[in-house]
Amino acid sequence: MTKQEALYKYLLQLGDNALIQSHRLSEWCSKGPILEEDLALTNIALDYIGRAQNLLQYAGEVEGKGRTSDDLAYRRPEHQYYNNLIAEMPKGDFAYTIAKQLFISTFEFLLYTELCTSKDETLAAIAGKAIKEIRYHWTHSRDWCYRLGKGTAFSNDKLQQAINDLWMYTGEQFEMSDEEDMLCTEGVAYDNKALQSKWQEMVSNVLTASNIITPVSGYMQTGGRKGIHTENLGHILSEMQYLQRAYPDATW
Amino acid sequence: MSTDTQLDLWEVFIQSRPGSHYTHAGSVHASDNQMALQNARDIYTRRNEGTSIWVVPAKYVTASNPEDAGMFFDPSNDKMYRHPTFYVMPEGAKQI
Repeated sequence: MTKQEALYKYLLQLGDNALIQSHRLSEWCSKGPILEEDLALTNIALDYIGRAQNLLQYAGEVEGKGRTSDDLAYRRPEHQYYNNLIAEMPKGDFAYTIAKQLFISTFEFLLYTELCTSKDETLAAIAGKAIKEIRYHWTHSRDWCYRLGKGTAFSNDKLQQAINDLWMYTGEQFEMSDEEDMLCTEGVAYDNKALQSKWQEMVSNVLTASNIITPVSGYMQTGGRKGIHTENLGHILSEMQYLQRAYPDATW
Repeated sequence: MSTDTQLDLWEVFIQSRPGSHYTHAGSVHASDNQMALQNARDIYTRRNEGTSIWVVPAKYVTASNPEDAGMFFDPSNDKMYRHPTFYVMPEGAKQI
C-alpha cells in the first residue's frame, strides 16, 4: 500500500461520512417540526454536501484516474462506501436525528480540529473551512439536547431512547485501519483512538446537563469502514444514484 | 387571527457589515434567545447577508397605532426645511 492509496481511502472515508449524513439530514426537507428547524437541518445538510464535494474531489485528484467528485458519489456500489454505520442510520424522529448529530458532531469537532494542522495542505484547508461549520452543528445539537432532555417527560423519554438506540454505533468512529496508521505517522491523519476519552467526556457532559443517562459502553457495531454496511445504505444509494444509473452522463 | 402555536415570536435585525446599522429582516419562532439567534442565522444570513444579528422578543416591541398615523406622521409632510438636502456632501463620505 502506497501513501497515495492510503490517502485516497482516507479521503473517501471522510467524504462518504459527510455525503451520507447530508443525505439523511436532507430527508427532513419539508418535514421539520417547525419551519425554522426545517431550514436549520437542511442548512446543515448543505454544509455537509459542500464538505463531501471538497473531499471527494480531492480523493479523485489523489487517485489520479480522472474521476470527479460526481463519479465517486454516484458511480460507486455500496461495498465501496466507507462511511461509519451511524451516518446511514435512518433519520428517525427528531430526537433520533438530534442524538445522531450530537454523536457525530462531537467526533467531527475533535477530529477536524486536529486535521486543521495536517501536513497535507489541501486536507488542512478543507478542515479549516469545515471546523467552523462543525462548531455550529455541535452547538445546534447540544442546545436541542438541553431542550428535549429538560423539556417534558415525553421529550426526555424520546431523547433517552434515541441515545440508547444509537449508542452501539458510536464506537466505530474510533477505529483505526492500516491506512490511517500509516497516514498518522506521516502527520497527515490523526489517531481516532486518541479522541475517544475526550469524546466520551464532551458527550456525557451534554447528556448529564440534559437530564439524560449516558449509556455504559457495551457491544459496538462495526463494518462500515470496511465497506460492510447495514441494509440502509443500499436504500440511500438507490435513491441518490438513480439518475446517474438510469441516464449515465445525463446533462441539462 | 388564529392562535400561533409555534413557540414565541422574535423580531430579527441584521447588520450587513461592521459599523452599519441593523435592519429589520423579518421574524422567527423560538423558545429561547439562543434558539432565536440560531434560527435567525439559518433563515436570514445563509446567503452571506450578515455580520451580526439582534433578536428581540416581538412582545417587547411597542408599535404605533395605525389610527394615530395622521397625528404621528402628517405634520412632517410639508416641512421641506427639515430635510438635510441643503448641504454639500463631503467628498468620500458614504453615510452621514
